Parts: sequence; structure tokens; C-alpha cells
Amino acid sequence: MKFFTRILSVVAAAASAAIFLAAPAAAQAPAPLRIGSTLALTGPLSATAMTHKLVGEIYVEQLNARGGLLGRKVEWLVKDDQSKPELARTMYEQLVTSDKVDLLMGPYATGAILSAMGVAQRYNKVLVHHTFGIPSLAKYEMAFPAWSLGSDPGTTVPNTVFDALASSSKPPKTVAFVTSKFPSIHFMTLGAREVAKKLGLQEVLFLEWDFGNRDFGPIAARVKDAKPDLVWMGDIGLEGNMLLDAMKKIDYAPPLHFHTYPAPGPMTKSPDAKNALSLTIFEEHAPFTDNPVAAEFVKVFNERATKAGLPDTSVEVQAAASYSAWQILEAGVRGANSFDDKAIAAWLRKNRVDTIQGRVRFDGPGNYGDDLMKVKQVQNGKWKVIWPTQFAAPGAKLQVN
Amino acid sequence: MSMPSFNLLAQSILSGIFIGGLYGLIGLGLGLTWGLLRQINLAHFGLVFLAAYMSYHMATVWGFDPLVTLLILPPLFFLFGAGMQWVLSRFAISPFNSLLVTFGITVVMESVIQAIWTADFRRLETHYNDQKFTIGSLYVPVPELVTLVLSVTISVLIWAAMRYTDLGKALRAMAEDGPIAAAFGINQKGMSLMLAGICAALAAVAGICLALTFTLTPSQIFAWVGVVFAVVMLGGLGSALGPLVAGIIIGVSEAITMAVAAPSWAPIVSFSLLIVMLLFRPGKV
Repeated sequence: MKFFTRILSVVAAAASAAIFLAAPAAAQAPAPLRIGSTLALTGPLSATAMTHKLVGEIYVEQLNARGGLLGRKVEWLVKDDQSKPELARTMYEQLVTSDKVDLLMGPYATGAILSAMGVAQRYNKVLVHHTFGIPSLAKYEMAFPAWSLGSDPGTTVPNTVFDALASSSKPPKTVAFVTSKFPSIHFMTLGAREVAKKLGLQEVLFLEWDFGNRDFGPIAARVKDAKPDLVWMGDIGLEGNMLLDAMKKIDYAPPLHFHTYPAPGPMTKSPDAKNALSLTIFEEHAPFTDNPVAAEFVKVFNERATKAGLPDTSVEVQAAASYSAWQILEAGVRGANSFDDKAIAAWLRKNRVDTIQGRVRFDGPGNYGDDLMKVKQVQNGKWKVIWPTQFAAPGAKLQVN
Repeated sequence: MSMPSFNLLAQSILSGIFIGGLYGLIGLGLGLTWGLLRQINLAHFGLVFLAAYMSYHMATVWGFDPLVTLLILPPLFFLFGAGMQWVLSRFAISPFNSLLVTFGITVVMESVIQAIWTADFRRLETHYNDQKFTIGSLYVPVPELVTLVLSVTISVLIWAAMRYTDLGKALRAMAEDGPIAAAFGINQKGMSLMLAGICAALAAVAGICLALTFTLTPSQIFAWVGVVFAVVMLGGLGSALGPLVAGIIIGVSEAITMAVAAPSWAPIVSFSLLIVMLLFRPGKV
């Protein structure tokens, strides 16, 4: 018995010594900080989600090159939600309960973000999200938007657009509203109708179509028949291109045409889209690129997107919102000097964060702050900001067909 | 609701005729497989899109004229369709199970298309896009006209072949009563392979027309299922001219709805017509 007691004493002493010796080494290399998210890596939203993936990879690399967050290297665990909101919900559950990530980062697209928001709320996690299109649905107090479209974009965005148009040499007097019934588009068009009415513009046409509409011929014919000065298109993806194509087939080009959320690459490449107007928070020209962080990001993104074979290699709304999301999360952790979600959320609500789209705040309804949307226009095959004038590309002014 | 101008109405009807021609062309192959082979071949939609993407690729990457792909893709798809039928026939699949199996094949096709051409939008930009002419005050776009001409020509040729040739009579006999037709010396298996091949070739023609006139994205495969099913059921299973006529009726009805009422009501039209048909002339559907 004594023999076994001695053996046990020796083993215990050796183990204690090992723990004592190993402790400083462990202190030198703390466990990496794990941030979990999902993205639509496959499915219909994958083309845009690949932009978000690339931005996340670039940001985490840059962050680790700067020493990580509060002395810990950052690991980004990204899962494929297959463009399905219901799957995003399950995967965020897994990230919290099974993968036990330290922090969450939001997914891409409104449906998936809503799903992730529910999970984040259940586990009291901070969720910074990228491009959430319906601010009125953002009810969770620890969710923070990286796309600064304000808490009431249905009013503020049309105001900005009509302000820009009023500055033209030939301001519109009549307007045709044609819109998809896609949720994050439709309320913006309805808001624009109200704003136009208050501004005294005459509405000559209002048409709605279901998302996935195939035949734009009759809609184009009705727009042509209405002879508006401005066509406000509540379009998403390629709907705007399809409508412009249908207009061209009947020899019609609208004098002014605004598009809510067009596919940015195809719109600039289409010859029919000359002078098309849209919205943005960032374009890769001065004054946005006067910010050295933005300039460096644009350079790295252009190179890496080309190498990755992405269809659109320029930094615009999606990439800028994605980069801003990471900037907001980093600022929250550093500001709170903690990885505690409640401390991060409290700090973010009280402070402003410098991002590549500008200084953002989160003290309004749904944690939304200012509407930082600008008006851009296709000029010489490129998107150029034209309004507000202090953000306009060098030499760019509103052009009318 | 104000009355639309004559020009608006006429231009919209023309637009409806054109899209109706495409509905008919896509529905033709589906209806023949359904009516004569007793297979509800959802993979037909996958084949249409596969052909559209291949046509897009051949035109934009290899520099082919899109209409030249009409000479290349249909024979290739004939072989593919016959091969697929050969595999399916080995398992003696019931009509309902064929729906499930071909749905699975369509999902696989969608994934393959996405893996090769990505989920991003693709648009076939050719010199045909800008070609149009006028008849009075009406604009006639050439790509849509090509689609309509192909749809009418092919439908009439298949109708004539089914009605006046021994081959057509054999196919109709096979659909009516396979064992009795076989007793009269009709090679049922060979006929099935040939018909499946022809239907796949028709899918290729429809796909090329689709690429000429529409923007492509893999998830759009399923957006066409509802309206084309309505076209096939209205036109009659196994009918050669029925899908074309039904397609034009639905296309024009949708277009008039868009011109005089709201575009968002247009999708209701095809199914409303189908329900009316089922209520008043059930034997014809």
C-alpha cells in the first residue's frame, strides 16, 4: 500500500510540475477567438455571397496581421446556408451550441439575417449584419446594421433621390412607378410615391409585378404610353436590365430612370443602361478612396476578386457593407475591451464607429442611425456617385438622356 | 382603370404571342413524353436550361452564331434523351415515380449548371438582340420572331408526322395500347428511345430560343414549371399542336392582363384558364 502511495505522490508531483511549467507557454499563446457565421456559398444567392466571403477572409487576415483582437488571433468559421433562411437558423444554432464560437457575424441577405437574428436573440449574442433590407423588422436590441440606410429608408432614400433630380438642368415633372413586389423593394417604391406626391410630381403610371416575372414587354409598352419624365423602377437583380431591354425592343429610352437594387455589374455593362441611377454607400473613387483604409481594401479586393474569378471585381454596396460589418465588430470588442456580448452591444449603442462608408451610429430605432445612401449613375460604363455633391466622383454630374 | 390605347394593346398582344410561342415550344416535348410515354418528365426543364447555357457558352466563349448551335445541340440532346430513357426503361417506372425521379435529375442538372456557369445572371449578347422591324406602329423583335417561327414550324411538322407517317401512327398505337401494338410488330423499346430523344432535341431548340430572349440563372428552371404545365394540360397530353395553341392563348391572356390591369395579376391567368377548362370541358384536359 505504501508503495502505491509513493507512486501516486510522484505522479502528482510530476503533473503539478508539468502544469506549472506549461502555464507561461499557454499564457503566451491564448486560444484563438472564434467568430462564426453562415453565408450563401451555394444556391441562388451564392454569386453575391462569394463577395462577402472574400471580404471576410481579407478582413480576418488584416486583423491578424495587426495582432488579432485583444491579443487573440481570430479564426472565422463560415458555414454554407445554401441560400436557405431555414438552414441559416439551424446553422447559427450549431455555431452557438455545438461549435461554441465566441462571437457571431451576420449572414448575407434579408431572409437569412432575420433567421440569424432570432438565434442571436435566444442566446444573447451580438449580431452585426451586412445588407438587411427592411429596417422595420430589426427588433433585436443587440443586432447592428452595417448597411446604413437609416431607420426609415422608404422616406429618406426617395428624398435623397428627388433632391438629386431637382438639381438637374431638366427636373422631372411626371413620374412612372413600376415595381417588383419583392419585400425589401416594394415598401421603398410606396415610400417614393408618397414623397413624389408631397413634392408635387405628377404620377402618370403605377405598376407592380411579381418577383420572377418573365415578360416585360407589356410593362415597357405601358411606360412608353405614359410618357414619364422619370421611371422609378423598384427592381432587384436583373429585372431592370430586362425592362430596359423590353423598352429598347419598342424603340423607347426613358429620359431618366432610377433602379432600386440592380445587379451592379450587368447594369454597367448594358448599353441600354446609360445614365441609369441607383443607390450606394460606397464606390471605388474619391472621396471614398481618400480614406487610406478604404484605398487599401479596394486594392486588395480588386486583386483577390480577379484571382478568384468573381464576376464583379469592384468594391460597391455589398463589399463595402461587408467590410463595415467587420469594422463594427472589431470596434465594439476594442471599445468594450471585452468579448462579452452585452458589453460590446452597450458600447456600440453609445458610440460612433468609423467605417469605410463613413461614421455610423446605432442609437436610432432598430439600432439604425443615419441614412448614408448616395445616388450614383452609370457614366461611361462605370458607377459614379453624383449626389450629394460632396461625395460625387471627380467631375461627375447628373446626366439626362 | 383607363382604356389602353390601340397601339399599347396591339404591342402587348404581339408580346403575348411571342412568349406564348416559347411556352408552346417548351411544352411540346413535355406533353409528348407525358402523353405517349406516360412519363411526367420534369427533367425536360433542366434540359431546356442546359441547352440555353450551352448555347450561351458556345456563342460567347467559342464565337458561334447562336442559330448555328441549332445544328449542333439538338442532335447531342437527342442522344442524351435516348440514353436517359434507356436507363429509366430498365426500372419500369410508374408515371408518378417518373415525376420524382426526373425532379431529382433536374436538381442535379441545376447544380451542374451552377457549378459550371455559377449562380450569377448570364445574358447572351448577340447582334440579334438589336434586330427589329416595324409593321405600322408595331415593333417586331427578330429573336422573338425566330422563336415563334421555330415553334410553329416544329409543331406543324410533328403534327403532320404523327398523323400521316407510319412512324407517327406506330407511336400513337403504342400510347393507346402498348402490348397490342407490340403484337402487331411495333418495336416498343426502340420507339420509346426515339421519342425520348426527339423530346430532348425539342428541349434543346427551346433552350436556344430561351437564351436568345431571356436572361439566364440556374434557379429560373423552376420558374417555368407552373405555366408550362398549364400549357401542356390545356393543350392536351400527347398533342403536337395543342401546346402551341394553349401557349399563345395563355401568353396573350397574360399580356392583355398586364396591359389593361396589373402585371402582378398575370401569373393567375394561366391557372384560372386551366380551372375554367377543367370545370367546363373536363374531358379535353
